[in-house]
Amino acid sequence: MPRIAITGLGCVSALGKSVAEFWDGLSQGRCGIGPLTLMATDQLQIGIGAEAPDYDPACYFDPKRLSLLDRYSQFALIAAREAIEDARLDFTADGLARRTAVILGTGIGGETTLDDAFFQLYAQGNPRVHPAVIPRMMASAATSHVTMEYGINGPAFTVTSACSSASHAIAQAMWMVRQGVVEAAITGGSEACFTLGTMKAWEAMRVMAPDTCRPFSSGRRGMVLGEGAGILVIESFERARRRNAKIYAEIAGAGMSSDAGHLIQPSEQGAVDAIEAALRDAQLAAGEIDYINAHGTGTAINDATETRAIRKVFGPQAPPVSSTKSMHGHALGASGALELIAATLAIGNGVIPPTVNFLGPDPACDLDCVPNQARRADLRAVLSNSFAFGGLNAILALRRVDA
Amino acid sequence: MAQTDSGVSVRERVIRVLAETQHIEPSTIQPESTFEALGIDSFDGINILFAIESEFDISVPDDEAKKLRGVQDIIDGVEKLLNARASAATQ
Repeated sequence: MPRIAITGLGCVSALGKSVAEFWDGLSQGRCGIGPLTLMATDQLQIGIGAEAPDYDPACYFDPKRLSLLDRYSQFALIAAREAIEDARLDFTADGLARRTAVILGTGIGGETTLDDAFFQLYAQGNPRVHPAVIPRMMASAATSHVTMEYGINGPAFTVTSACSSASHAIAQAMWMVRQGVVEAAITGGSEACFTLGTMKAWEAMRVMAPDTCRPFSSGRRGMVLGEGAGILVIESFERARRRNAKIYAEIAGAGMSSDAGHLIQPSEQGAVDAIEAALRDAQLAAGEIDYINAHGTGTAINDATETRAIRKVFGPQAPPVSSTKSMHGHALGASGALELIAATLAIGNGVIPPTVNFLGPDPACDLDCVPNQARRADLRAVLSNSFAFGGLNAILALRRVDA
Repeated sequence: MAQTDSGVSVRERVIRVLAETQHIEPSTIQPESTFEALGIDSFDGINILFAIESEFDISVPDDEAKKLRGVQDIIDGVEKLLNARASAATQ
């Protein structure tokens, strides 16, 4: 069975607009959460979020191009450019364009486009809606833009499963490369959820923290929304070695499950099933996992349920578990990709990023969650957990590649 | 017992909102009923609070909402918020 190498990384998040800034923030325990600037907050009870900082689309796209790009597509393209450049892939060489897949995740797609258009229609009495609204808002738009920018002609589609979208997309891409359907894939996820309507809808669910995101901590009050994109270039080891590419880590396996329970409340057993499926697919024993990048949203129920699931699989010897959402926020359909990049960089640097904003232990979350400060560690294999509303779970397993 | 403008008690209005939101008979709901006994899960609870906020034109803070365990808790909470509003209006 071919092994799958990660050879390129790119991201946009609250910690910055490059992988270097992302890792800098993660390893220093910097929290990217702050007051919302993308909308007026006078109608909001929750005035914080994890926005991409100092982002000016004009620095990345010409005006004509921009007229067709929702913010979530912009993020996907910026991250894809960084990842593809990082991997030094040349799609014009030996038919690679037809042997590469683009599989991205998103929770919603072009939310800002839809929100703007409907505001003009409903509130401002504008009788017309711009013809670019549909192609900007569609959940598959970001995928199409990546194929067009690079002339990639292989299989391309978008996966959506709320907060697990990117992890499901990456798993699908990994399996397609493993099966030999394609030689390489551009995969990950993107989300740009900061509109007034979306914020109000999240507020109504009463799962949002008014102060900050403190996963697994006593005194945690909920999640904090984030935005951004994470993109990975993956390819077979054989191909990567042949062209002397830098290999960050191996995607060793993936596991999926469905709670088939509740639209909102997570199930411990669903999480256990997905983690065990990922370990089986990766041919890893529980004892070989040295770190878990948690789903860790910071809500009372997610963190306690995830803790029980981890304890059930790993027992008293559970590895360190941290939630980087405490720094980059919950970027929904992009979060699985941002967190897999965090886990990949953790392996490569031998450093576990912390769970910041941690006040003290909660008995319901009795894990070593690497509070507040990064930690040096020898990481041979790690997991990245994603659990979505609606009980759709996806876990990715990484293995270190020693040169 | 607190009466509202329409002469219907807060208790009756809370029970009516609960019955409508949950699609159950009002007669099955007592003030001492717990959410658990009524089969109300946490997301049902959030939907009920949304309807309660509309019914009484109030806003229930998240931290207060987390403490609610049964019907009487909602009645007490609504009365507290209505009284606070009434005393603010008379000042």
